[in-house]
Amino acid sequence: MSLQGKVALVTGATRGIGRAIAHELGRQGAEVVGTATSEGGADTITAGLKEAGIKGYGMVMNVADPDSIEAGLKQLTAESDAPLILVNNAGITRDNLLMRLKDDDWSAVLDTNLSSVFRLSKAVLRGMAKARWGRIINISSVVADMGNPGQGNYCAAKAGVEGFTRSLAKEMSNRGITANCVAPGFIDTDMTKKLDDKQRQAMLDIIPTGRLGDPGEVASVVAFLASDGAAYVTGETIHVNGGMYMG
Amino acid sequence: MSTVEERVKKIVCEQLGVKESEVQNTSSFVEDLGADSLDTVELVMALEEEFETEIPDEEAEKLGTVQDAIDYIVAHT
Repeated sequence: MSLQGKVALVTGATRGIGRAIAHELGRQGAEVVGTATSEGGADTITAGLKEAGIKGYGMVMNVADPDSIEAGLKQLTAESDAPLILVNNAGITRDNLLMRLKDDDWSAVLDTNLSSVFRLSKAVLRGMAKARWGRIINISSVVADMGNPGQGNYCAAKAGVEGFTRSLAKEMSNRGITANCVAPGFIDTDMTKKLDDKQRQAMLDIIPTGRLGDPGEVASVVAFLASDGAAYVTGETIHVNGGMYMG
Repeated sequence: MSTVEERVKKIVCEQLGVKESEVQNTSSFVEDLGADSLDTVELVMALEEEFETEIPDEEAEKLGTVQDAIDYIVAHT
C-alpha cells in the first residue's frame, strides 16, 4: 500500500479510464477524490469507491471553469489533506474535419483538455512543494503524436498537455514533484464506443496486440508513476497503446 | 509574541535551508542565501501565509533582501 496516507485527485472519474485510475490508486492505499461534471456523476463515484472499500468520494467540478476548480479545491481541502497526487484525466472530444470545425468546438476542447491541466496543476503545486513530494500525471493520447483526421482540436490540446508537462517537470522536479503523461491508444471506453464499425476495424488493423486496451491497463501505469518507485521518471510520456504507435 | 523581524527570518531559514546565523537584514536572498527563482516564489508564498496577506507579483519582485521583506510586511499588515 505504497500510497497510504496520500490524497489523490482524479478528474473525470465517473467512467472509463478515470474510474479505473481512481480505483487503482485507491487499491494502492490513497484516499481518492474523483471529480464529475454533475451531482449524479459525483454520487456514482462515491458509491463506486464505497463498494470497492476505498476511502474517498466524488465531487462536482467543471474543469473548464476556473471558479469551479477553486470551489472544488476549497471543498476538498476542508474535508481532506491537500492532494499530493493529481491525475488530470477529464477530457472531451468535439470531432470534426478542420474545414468544418467550429470555433466553439476548438475552445471547448482546449478549455477542458488543456487549460484545466494548467489550472489544476497550479492549484495543487503549493501543497506538493510544502510536502516536498508530488505526482502530477496527465492523461494524453496517442493522437498527440500521431495526429488524427477530424481531431485537430483534440490533438492540439493533448500535444499541448505533453509540452506543458515537460516544462512543469523541469520547474518542479527538484522539489520531489514529478510530472508525466500517460498516452493511451485505443481503449475500450464510452469515448471510443462513439466510433463506427468501420473506424473501429481500421484501428484494430494497426494494433499489433489485436485488441482494444482495458482501462485498467492504463490505470496500472498511472499507479506506477504515482509510486515512490517512479521518483526518477519525470517529463516523460508513457504510451499504452498495444503497439499501435511506437514513436 | 515574536517580532516581524524574527518571524521573517525564521521563514527565510525554513524555506532556504540556511542557518539563522547566516541571515542578516542586509542578506540578499539570491546572492547571499543561494535562493533560485523557485525558492523566491516559495518564500513569498510562505510569507503570505505567515502574515495572512497577499503580496502582488510586482511587489514580490522588489523583495531582494531580508530587510525588504520586513519593511514590506510592516507597511502592509
